[in-house]
Amino acid sequence: MGFVRSVGGAALVFLAATGRIALFAAVAVSHCVRPPIYGRLILRQMISIGYYSLPVVGLTALFTGMVLALQSYTGFARFQAEGAVATVVVISITRELGPVLAALMVAGRVGAAMAAEIGTMRVTEQIDALSTLSTNPYKYLVAPRLIAGFTMLPCLVLVADIIGVFGGFLVGVTVLDFNPGAYIQRTWQYLEAVDVISGLVKAAVFGFVIALMGCYHGYASKGGAQGVGAATTNAVVSSSIMILVFNYFLTGLFFSR
Amino acid sequence: MADAPKIALDDVHKRFGEKRVLNGVSFEVTRGESLVIIGGSGTGKSVTLKCVLGLMNPEAGSIRIDGEETVGLGTRDRARVMTKFGMLFQGSALFDSLPVWENVAFGLIQGQGMARKAAKDLAVAKLANVGLGADVAELFPAELSGGMQKRVSLARAIATEPEIIFFDEPTTGLDPIMADVINDLIVKCVKDLGATALSITHDMASARKIADRVAMIYDGRIIWHGPVAEIDRSGNPYVDQFIHGRAEGPIRMQVKRL
Repeated sequence: MGFVRSVGGAALVFLAATGRIALFAAVAVSHCVRPPIYGRLILRQMISIGYYSLPVVGLTALFTGMVLALQSYTGFARFQAEGAVATVVVISITRELGPVLAALMVAGRVGAAMAAEIGTMRVTEQIDALSTLSTNPYKYLVAPRLIAGFTMLPCLVLVADIIGVFGGFLVGVTVLDFNPGAYIQRTWQYLEAVDVISGLVKAAVFGFVIALMGCYHGYASKGGAQGVGAATTNAVVSSSIMILVFNYFLTGLFFSR
Repeated sequence: MADAPKIALDDVHKRFGEKRVLNGVSFEVTRGESLVIIGGSGTGKSVTLKCVLGLMNPEAGSIRIDGEETVGLGTRDRARVMTKFGMLFQGSALFDSLPVWENVAFGLIQGQGMARKAAKDLAVAKLANVGLGADVAELFPAELSGGMQKRVSLARAIATEPEIIFFDEPTTGLDPIMADVINDLIVKCVKDLGATALSITHDMASARKIADRVAMIYDGRIIWHGPVAEIDRSGNPYVDQFIHGRAEGPIRMQVKRL
């Protein structure tokens, strides 16, 4: 009986949290499309999410592409299919690894920062201060971050795709002795528009999820420094899990037959 | 509504789970008056203030501003009522990502849509009103002392020339001299604006200086109120114990045994 009660209790907590996040998202999205729109704040968040995440996303993509070329070569060499390395690298990067790894890195870098910043504002009454100064906190704090996350992640992933493929090319040409022209030709040969587009759509969804979870956990934080710390952890963990879950369903949506 | 009290609370109740925090709070503040609510920690002072500000919703009771009921107001009407308010927070609550002048001018730029240049000039003038020079305007809140942060917060509270100003523990965390400076500034600013003031504090020196009337809250309700001059002869044992800071008396500190 105790086991059933604890499972039921956990289910209720989960459903309540889901409801709260859905309501938060609905209110936040409604503020994204209603004036006034804070252009200056959106631009600042775009720079924070897009520009300052470039090094970490670029490095992740570069080494992922390099290791992918190395691993697929050693695997395919067992049945003399080394020529498929370039194709495997480009499709893996554009469809899956580019968007997922970029999103996970951004979740760690930006999602945590959002939760910490908004959480600190919550516990130091800065969010209450916004309300008393006739400024809606959803519009001022949450909407710019959601818009920036939704728009900048696809840009980051596009860069990650290019750098990742270049990483594979680098290893292919310098370590595995592929002919550069042949490698590039094999890269283009089987690449389809849907491979890249699906990755960019995923990135937009992931960007929205990262910003949403960062803002939600920061906004709901309480209890001082410990509460802000918990909000930061929850933002990163929940957005990472949601990225992986959404990735599965989006892949099913694009590629299931 | 010219004769309506500026702020009127009637039988306001608020609870958090099982804990009843406000248990029928009622009081009125007339136009141009300064009411200070005194009371110990956990008696419901801050919750009362947050209910009036609309940051919390009471379960029952009425809160009227200029005769207009504000409990259950929609977002747009709430925003309209908010334009009448200025607030000095206990911890100053300055936006640490913005320079001092932008903190002061925040309500002017975001709330009233004033141009940044004009708002900055006005912010520097408001900083001068609270005794801070123009050189402070470009600093960030983290670079200021606690007393200077309080002054900036006061400048922010008066920048939009509100009709009602709220002060939440304005002297907490300040040394006695700086606390007196802040009290003087509060009296001056409220008088200059002709504003109505509602303050909460447990600092009696502050209460005596800034209040026209004092109300004491205990156990979620107002147990005494009257002119500040009468507080020493209230005849209320709770008020006597509080203003003299005695451990012995009808008010018992709730201390849990370890």
